[in-house]
Amino acid sequence: MSLDLTPVWLTLKLATLTTAVLLVVGTPLAWWLSQTRSRFKQIVATLVALPLVLPPTVLGFYLLLLLGPHGPIGALTERLGLGTLPFTFAGLVVGSVLYSLPFMVQPVHNAFEAIGQRPLEVAATLRASPLARFFDVALPLALPGLLTGAVLAFAHTVGEFGVILMIGGNIPGETKVLSVAIYDHVESLEWAQAHWLAGGMVLFSFLVVLMMNLLGQRMRRIGHG
Amino acid sequence: MADVLDLAFRLDRGDFSLDLACRVPARGVSALFGRSGCGKTTVLRCVAGLERAAGHCRLAEACWQDDANERFLPTHRRPIGYVFQEPSLFPHRSVRANLDYGRRRIPARARCVDFDEVVELLGIAPLLGRDPAGLSGGERQRVAIARALLTSPRLLLMDEPLAALDHTSKRDILPYLERLHDHLQIPILYVSHDPDEVARLADHILLIEAGRLRAAGPAPQMLTRLDLPLVREETASALLSGRVRAHDARYGLTRVAIPGASLMLERLDRAVDETVRVRIHARDVSIALDDPGTSSILNVLPAHIVEMHPLSASQVLVGLAVGTTPESRLLARITRHSWERLRLHPGQQVHAQVKAVAVMD
Repeated sequence: MSLDLTPVWLTLKLATLTTAVLLVVGTPLAWWLSQTRSRFKQIVATLVALPLVLPPTVLGFYLLLLLGPHGPIGALTERLGLGTLPFTFAGLVVGSVLYSLPFMVQPVHNAFEAIGQRPLEVAATLRASPLARFFDVALPLALPGLLTGAVLAFAHTVGEFGVILMIGGNIPGETKVLSVAIYDHVESLEWAQAHWLAGGMVLFSFLVVLMMNLLGQRMRRIGHG
Repeated sequence: MADVLDLAFRLDRGDFSLDLACRVPARGVSALFGRSGCGKTTVLRCVAGLERAAGHCRLAEACWQDDANERFLPTHRRPIGYVFQEPSLFPHRSVRANLDYGRRRIPARARCVDFDEVVELLGIAPLLGRDPAGLSGGERQRVAIARALLTSPRLLLMDEPLAALDHTSKRDILPYLERLHDHLQIPILYVSHDPDEVARLADHILLIEAGRLRAAGPAPQMLTRLDLPLVREETASALLSGRVRAHDARYGLTRVAIPGASLMLERLDRAVDETVRVRIHARDVSIALDDPGTSSILNVLPAHIVEMHPLSASQVLVGLAVGTTPESRLLARITRHSWERLRLHPGQQVHAQVKAVAVMD
């Protein structure tokens, strides 16, 4: 039996990159949601939550159309000389970021709301600019929420299947991630390989979530948040 | 001329409206006094820029808000310190880091409040290395006050800083506030609904009712105006300012001259000619028609009755002027029975028997 580990590395790379992008994109979005009085707030919050209820294939289908050569975003990326994103690793990252967005934004949004306005007002009276208030007060106090969001987004990306199949296909080393590889092995009745990958994934997920839980507990105990 | 804090705020929020304009001397402690929900905290938040009402806000020549010129300085650019009702220390920073948070944003040449002095004044030196979570309520509030002071504010805003504390912490922290008042040159705007606190701390009182300014003036006058609700409190009292005249070593007493009379007090540790503020509760003053001379009461002051205000079926409050000077006001709470039996009336010369005098600073 030969076990190809490329899908494992590809999956870890995808999940890490997606989580990193989500931390950078999702945190300001969650902050905006927690601070804004805009009437668009509920609309944006609903859009963010949509991947929770949509079948992944629906999301994948529309992404395929949008990012494809005839879609508005595809046309843009082509004009910029980036080519089109479907069936590339970059396309997978875009899809995963959108698909895992609520898993990052919602815990972080909740964490920001839980801080309340008071610590931010205190910081303002201590001459902290809005940016300083965000980095010195909001972020450290929301750290457990950020951690939860990162773990959920990471785990969710590792387990993603439908969106990937729609916009990534099954290109070894480029878009063939773990879940797709397992599906392949099962299709070809390679039960042993499927077992190794699937069992490894169970163990890995268990360890990651356990570690984060322990870390979260410790942080709460020393008074963060 | 002393600096002035010039405020005007208008705000309408359906069930609550604020419409208030005043000029307050930016010196000593000015108390915003009123019942819960009268809008005093909102006024403070508007001064800080945490809330926006229509109007203007100026401290001396500095303008923080002026709607006429569309000027509104955000909170972090106003030279204020703000002490909230709950200490609100940053839980993720040590006490020292909490203190440094505002201080390090002030350029060294603009710092006029000394770190060591404030730490000493508020008695928080032993707490510097600790985490806020381990401090008592009173300790936290002292740290919060120090943190606000260390930004070297031009104006310190305090929103009922004692209200969330239990009785003991409150008693512990009041002397620190009195020390601030005496040692630092920073004017304080102090929100409170506790008449006792106001009498102890305030130099100037703004009385707020339902979002409107009912009356404002120097504390000694405001506290003894019978037309204002302050005198109806159990702790109603008069503030008098005097000067140490002499010490009597034999009896362990100190004589303090107040306009129109003099008081004998338990020996004070003050030099002759130093000024002292004293507080005399209405419940500690009774009225005699002639100098009893035979009483054990030490302080019997010649006074004349200015006005009378009935408090209840049994009690009346009498406003007295000491000697012939109208500015030395005393309050006496006596029974209506006595008022009628002695045939007391405004303008009458009487003797005020003072059972207890509290020295303020």
